[in-house]
This record gives sequence, C-alpha cells and structure tokens, in this order.
Amino acid sequence: MEDKITLAHGSGGVQTNELINSIFKKHFDNPYLTADDAAVLDIEKTVKESDSNLKLTNKVSMSTDGFIVSPFEFPGGNIGKLSICGTVNDIACMGAKPEYLTCAMVIEEGFPVSKLDEIAAAMAKTAKEAGVYLVAGDTKVAGKGQVDQIFITTTGFGHIFEGVSTSGAFAKPGDKIIVTGDIGRHGCTILLERNDFKIDADITSDCAPLNKNIEAMLEATKDVHVIRDATRGGVGTVLYEIAGESNVGISLNYESIPVNDGVKGVCGMLGLEPLYLACEGRLVIFAPASEAEKIVEALKSQPNSEGACIIGEVTEENPGKVVVETAVGAKTMLSRPSGELLPRIC
Amino acid sequence: MSDVIKNAREIIQSYDGPKLRIMEVCGTHTHEIFKMGIRNLLPENIDLISGPGCPVCVTPVGFIDEAIYLALEKGCVITTFGDLIKVPGTKSSLAGARSEGADVRPVYSPDDAVELAKENPDMQVVFLAVGFETTTPSACLAVKKAQRLGLSNFSILTANKTMPSAYKKLAGSADAFLFPGHVNAIAGNSVCKELTSLGVSGVVAGFTANELMTALAVIIEESKKGKPFFVNCYPRVVKDEGNPAAQKLVESVMESCDTEWRGLGMIEKSGMKLRDEYADFDARKKYSVPDIQGKPNPACRCGEVLQGNCKPTDCPLFGKVCDPIHPVGACMVSDEGACAAYYHYGPSINLN
Repeated sequence: MEDKITLAHGSGGVQTNELINSIFKKHFDNPYLTADDAAVLDIEKTVKESDSNLKLTNKVSMSTDGFIVSPFEFPGGNIGKLSICGTVNDIACMGAKPEYLTCAMVIEEGFPVSKLDEIAAAMAKTAKEAGVYLVAGDTKVAGKGQVDQIFITTTGFGHIFEGVSTSGAFAKPGDKIIVTGDIGRHGCTILLERNDFKIDADITSDCAPLNKNIEAMLEATKDVHVIRDATRGGVGTVLYEIAGESNVGISLNYESIPVNDGVKGVCGMLGLEPLYLACEGRLVIFAPASEAEKIVEALKSQPNSEGACIIGEVTEENPGKVVVETAVGAKTMLSRPSGELLPRIC
Repeated sequence: MSDVIKNAREIIQSYDGPKLRIMEVCGTHTHEIFKMGIRNLLPENIDLISGPGCPVCVTPVGFIDEAIYLALEKGCVITTFGDLIKVPGTKSSLAGARSEGADVRPVYSPDDAVELAKENPDMQVVFLAVGFETTTPSACLAVKKAQRLGLSNFSILTANKTMPSAYKKLAGSADAFLFPGHVNAIAGNSVCKELTSLGVSGVVAGFTANELMTALAVIIEESKKGKPFFVNCYPRVVKDEGNPAAQKLVESVMESCDTEWRGLGMIEKSGMKLRDEYADFDARKKYSVPDIQGKPNPACRCGEVLQGNCKPTDCPLFGKVCDPIHPVGACMVSDEGACAAYYHYGPSINLN
C-alpha cells in the first residue's frame, strides 16, 4: 500500500480493492458489510433483537449529512468522527434508535493514506460507541484540486421508539428548555485551528454521538416535545427556529447558559456570541416543566451530557422572539447575527 | 442586580426635569447600551442619541474606493478589520471586489498585517488604518515594526481620526455627552475638560452595566445643577493625563490633517496621517493613489444619523432596502453602527 492516495485507488481495479481491504474492511468489519453492490438487512430481525429497553415501532427515521470540515482534523476529533456523530444524532433527535449507516467518500489525489486510516479508525470507534453498523460504502478519488482533501457523506436510518413524537412545532408555553452541556466548543475549536486570529486556547470540539443520551432521557420520560441537535448556527439559532416553528416566545436565562472559560475568552476577544457558535454534540430539548428535572438527571448520568441544565422556558408572550433579561433588569431580544461567520465547520 | 445599578435606575427613572438629550459617541457604547436594554429604562424626557463614534461608520465612501483601487489596479493584498469588508463604496464593497479578484483578508490587529508582509516578500500588503485615538497607536506600532524589519512591501492607508474637533462640531446636538472611555484612556481628559468652557458637558463612561448606568445617573444629577460639567466615571482605566507613552508614539509617527467624516463632511485637523519620514509606509504616496471622490447613495441618511439629527428608523431605507445583509450605508454594516444596533435590538424596545 503506497503512502498517498492516487487516482488508481479510485478506478475500481486492484488498487481500489487493496484500499478497501487494508483500510475500510479492516476498521468497519461487520456481518452486513459485504463486497456486494448493496447491503441486505432483515428489518424485522433488527426490531426483534433490539437491545434497547424501549419498544421500537415499525416506523423508521432516515437522514443524510455531508461533511466538508476544514481542517479535517482538530482537537477533539476529525471529519470521520463528525460524519458518524452528525447522522446518528439527526436520527436520534426524531426519537429513533440509529441502526445502520452508509458512507461515501470523495478523496483528493495525494491525500495521505495514514490520515485516511486515522479517519476510518475514528469512524469505526464512534460507530461502535453509538452501537451502529456501517453497512455500505463508496470511495471515489478526484484529481488534485478538485476536492479539498476529503469529503464524506453518511446516510443512516433507525426505528422510532414507541410513544415518542417530537417536532420543532411542538413547543408549548410553560415548557422548560434544556441544553446537554457547555456550548459553542466545536465552532470555537475550528476557528482557532484555522489560525486566522493567532489565538491559543485549550478548547476541544464537543463532537459526540448522543443517541444513548436521548435513549436514557426517553426511558425516564417520553413526554418530550422537541429534541434538536445544535450544529451550524449554534444553540441561539435553534432557539429562534423553535420559537418560529412553534409560534411561541422564549425567555432565556442568559446567566444559566453553560460556557467554557476558554470559549468565553475567545468570544470576548473577537466580539462573538457563544450562542451562535456551532456545536456538534449538544442537544436542545423542550419538555413540560413537570418532566424537566427527570430529564436533566437522566442526561447528567450519561457521558457527553454531564453538564445538562435548564436555560430558559417557553412563553406565550412575544411569539417568535427569544428574550433575555439583562444585568440592568431590562428585557431585550437576543440579537440575530447575519452573514457567514465561519464557513465549513462541519 | 447590583446596588449600584438599583440606585442608578432609581435616579434615571425618577427624572422629571426638562428634556435631556444625551449623545453617546462611542460605537461600543451604542452596542452595549442596546444589548443591555438601557434604552428600555429611560423615561420620556431623556433622549439617548447615537453619535459618530463608530470608526467604520465615519469612514468616507471614497476610502473604500481607494482600497479597491489598490487591490484591483495595483494588485495589493488588503488587510483590514473585519467590518470594513462589507461597507459599500461608490460601486461596490471590498467583499464585492473579492469576486473580481481582489485579495482582501480580515486581521485581528495591524501586527498580523506586518507578519503577513514579512512572511510573503512577494506580496504588497496594505493595512486599512481606521479608528480613533484608541486604535491609532497600534497602527503606528505596526509602521515602526515594519521599518525596523526593513520591510519594503508593507504600508497603511490612513483614515484615522481624532475626537476633539468632532465634539466641537456636535456641541449643539446634545445637552451632555457620554464620552468614549477608551479614547480618553489614551488621550486623557484635558480636551473634555476644556469643552466645558464652550458650554459642552459630559461624562467619561466605561463599558460594564455598572459603569454605564452610573455614568447616565451622574449626567442626570449634574445636569440639575445648571452649569457645564465634566466627570470621569471610568477612573479605573482613565487617568487625567491619559497614556503618555501612546501619545508620544503617535506624535512621532503621525501628524494631524484635515479629513472627511462620512455625514459630517470635512472637519479641520480631525484626522491623522503619516509624517513625511514615513512616506514609504504611506500607501497613498507609495502607489500614487489618485484623488478619488466617493459618491454615497443619495437616499442614504447615514450622515444625519451620525450627527444625531435623525434616528435610524427615520431613514426611508431602514429595514426595507437597507439591512445587515444588504447594507446601503456604513451605519448598518458595522456591528457598532447605530442602524445595525437599531436593526438587531429595535424589536426589543417594546418588550417591557
């Protein structure tokens, strides 16, 4: 195996086979991943043999996500880990158990094989952590400059849990709003890795699979109205989206929003609002006040959501607006940023 | 809420004297005042007006045209503070010029621009130097560093400004000023103190909730005494003599000149340009930039907004044609611009 990806690796011949065996099969080996054109999955069996404490319906949630993050590796992970987390979390946010994923890669000619190996290893590790199988894949090699190093697309599906129905339009006045941990770390990490501003800080991406966290929450209570993965645009964007989709107001307790000191410092220096920095492993949950404490406790017991807390509530007044009480006791709307702050963070 | 804020609120909200017009002349003050919702607390007879304190907003249209000229005609790499990139020039902004091939890069400080020039001897790097007394020292430091390093590919395009002449021009627009804390941190308080002899009152304010609320309360209490006043409400940072080292540095590298302020027109001795000894670092001289007269959009009322003569919401373009994504004037582009602040925070004003 050479040390750089060449066009031959993508042409379907001997080198392609070599690449698949020495990297992809090595890391992703499982009974569903075969050399056939497509995977064959017994869905009834999947439901019957589910290891979840929650019952599965026959309804399925399916999602796809493309990943072009630059740089492709960063403190806390790489594009491979991100590609699994992104699709797993999107499926899980619908109240489903992610089960099977596919992955298509487009790799630039000249890309180091050792890095591809690291990316595949990270994908395998994250898939195992999430309890999902990679069952089909495709690899293409594009000429130098036709793609920026490596682009990955993952698609996945999973069965929806019985008794769970969530949507951005279901938030109700009185609901409490919960985040699963400190915000803005992924966006901040990428910003610093690009070295545009020559700031050094000890910040790592929050990128993580959260399906088990959602499952633990749903085991505590199924009475949850909204579960959203906060990615591009951060928690702030999610809040405005839900306020709009559900036509409700949001009263945000700004002081209670958890922000890592490093992120606070960087935001202070650059005039950025942490609420609008991307996350890749943080959920925003809307649930009736009676369920909020149960949800927070269930989340706190899981890795990657130990910092779960309530940050606000849904109101009938000011529909469509996210309102914050300031230090001088006045109420203002959380301002909305416009334009491209940070391109290609995921 | 701290006791300081509680007391200040009490003073502000119980004011029942004659109409009091307070002008804040610092872009960061505009922004923070909105963000904290301080406007929502003011009684009817206190008018808080935004002035020309945002360096991006007072940068004339022609300056953007000059920068684009340098990028497209002279192949210079333009380095700049982020918010200048979207400010409209006569035909387009620097962002628009990028799509025609202009190399425009945001930097956090002028020092980054010097580093870029040092690491890329083939690049002709120009830094867009805008700002008031607070930022000018860093531009001077950058020029001195470039000189020390013997760089022949670094220069600055200046539009630096100073406040004293502007205060005099705006004297009639307000009963009292909220002076910019960090300008005075560099320049000291002597100018503001002298202004009282012209009947101009004001208070130097900091940027935290405590400091801003205190400053406003002090203005109200002092105004009741009926004579011009000056109070330093930011003593932890602002000393009467300012920062002598910074002042000396600027004095040695730059000298004052007449300069155009968007909206206010030409104000004598209100700008700073490089001294002749630094001609090699003056982009206008180095690249023989022709005299470019910018033409602002005639419907844009940024000029009047900057003078405090019209609220952003009075401008016919506000929120309809002109918004942060499609700004017509500088007041909407910059995060510190009055129009941008009104746009982002305006819907908050009726929340209480």
